Amino acid sequence: MSAIEVSGLRKAYGGVTAVDGVDLDVAAGEVFALLGPNGAGKSTTVEVLEGHRKRDSGEVRVLGRDPGKPSGDWRARIGVVLQATSDAAELTVREAVAHFAGYYPNPRDADAVIDLVGLTEKAGARAGKLSGGQRRRLDVALGIVGRPELLFLDEPTTGFDPEARRQFWRLIRLLADEGTTILLTTHYLDEAEALADRVAVIARGRIVAEGTPSTLGGRATAEATVRWRGADGPQVRRTPDPQRLIVELARHEELAELTVSRPTLEDVYLDLIGERA
Amino acid sequence: MSTMAVGAARGRLELREFFRRKDAVVFTFALPAFLLVLLGSVFSGTVLGDMSMSQLFTASMVGAGIISTSFITLGVGVAGDREDGTLKRLRGTPMPVAAYFLGKLALVAVASVAEVALLLAVGIGLYGVELPADPARWLTFAWVFGLGVVSCALLGIAASAAAKSARSAPAVMNLPYIGLQFISGVFINPIVVLPSAMVAVASFFPLKWIAQGMRSVFLPDEAAVLEMAGTWEHGMTALVLGAWCVVGLGLCLVTFRWTDE
Repeated sequence: MSAIEVSGLRKAYGGVTAVDGVDLDVAAGEVFALLGPNGAGKSTTVEVLEGHRKRDSGEVRVLGRDPGKPSGDWRARIGVVLQATSDAAELTVREAVAHFAGYYPNPRDADAVIDLVGLTEKAGARAGKLSGGQRRRLDVALGIVGRPELLFLDEPTTGFDPEARRQFWRLIRLLADEGTTILLTTHYLDEAEALADRVAVIARGRIVAEGTPSTLGGRATAEATVRWRGADGPQVRRTPDPQRLIVELARHEELAELTVSRPTLEDVYLDLIGERA
Repeated sequence: MSTMAVGAARGRLELREFFRRKDAVVFTFALPAFLLVLLGSVFSGTVLGDMSMSQLFTASMVGAGIISTSFITLGVGVAGDREDGTLKRLRGTPMPVAAYFLGKLALVAVASVAEVALLLAVGIGLYGVELPADPARWLTFAWVFGLGVVSCALLGIAASAAAKSARSAPAVMNLPYIGLQFISGVFINPIVVLPSAMVAVASFFPLKWIAQGMRSVFLPDEAAVLEMAGTWEHGMTALVLGAWCVVGLGLCLVTFRWTDE
């Protein structure tokens, strides 16, 4: 069953087209990442799916319902983690989570959620006093306290240090393991690669590629680049079959500093959005 | 949970946030009491024989105080909620929209009652103000307070949309509020000393009527001669404040926005 079905989604602001015919299908239980540069139509697409924005045209179903007509019981089944906010600054973590739990028919236990996001030590601290990473974890806590079937995460780790990002990824994997469908937008390709079952790249209001992180844009079958240092200095050779090349070369010389690389997700991504020189 | 229950929970949350916010407590809640202490000390004479000027200021400032806790609190507060993501986050939850406004109403009601209590405490403690014993006067207090708080709360929500950002909101809200305090018989008492054209302008807005209504509650009956009309004009007060409730509700429905976008 699909958690999200979108076909032919369009949205313009004034005369400017932000989303120009997007098709998407996200299966229940899947972690799906939407990648794209700023202004590509990523946020608009997600806001339409969250029920925050009206679309101009297209068929959209989120958990089987039209998000253009959001109802309370539909809202109770989704969780939304917006881009960085600074609300509830005067409330403690526990007060905020316990209060939001009261909006939902079947919420998680507030302390259990706080523990899940790793804020137990900060449960009595005011939200306004948390660090950036702790604040994002509170945002997630507020997004999941209602036990959502589908969770929207909009650029969840922007501004994190690497350690905080790794911690955050563990939390997202935990939620995914519990069966939560997750739609993630991100600027970070390593984040999409680490978390997502499937990835779509959006550029100029359209989906330009879709697939698993390892096969996106023909990545898995692209020519490999083999580099080594031979007797005549650094060498580079491109080949569809690196193993054969290496075996062949190794008969004749020692292959110092040998590396084999396929295009990184970043290379593929930059090609797709047309930014590569 | 029902809308009422969620609204009550929001009201408790809003109150907690309000009284933890230092700028709200100082500039919205404590400022009217501070001004009353200043005004009552500067103008220490008597009028109409033995009625002290500070009694006149106390009654008038009770009227102005509840505008601070309703109009300013919501004008600044809703603009803040719009900018800091509160409204956007709430919109992503199953919370009924009505519960948000019920919570704001609870905040304003409790903060306004506390404001009145604080101002009366100053009046009783420093200026020998006596609370009326006549239940009819408390009935008058109840409807002036109710209509005043509701009309100004609605106008505050509507005015929040006029603020471009949360940072500019206090300035946008305070301009009409401070201006009206000069021409409505709050900073300058008794109101009859003001040019009648100024009071005529003030008569279009709620503050003049709320302050006048509060004077009718807390001052002796003979003080009515210090009003422009020479009477308390209860009928007119109810009419103007009732009309502002309707206008305020209409403005809210037309101007309310969830976000700054």
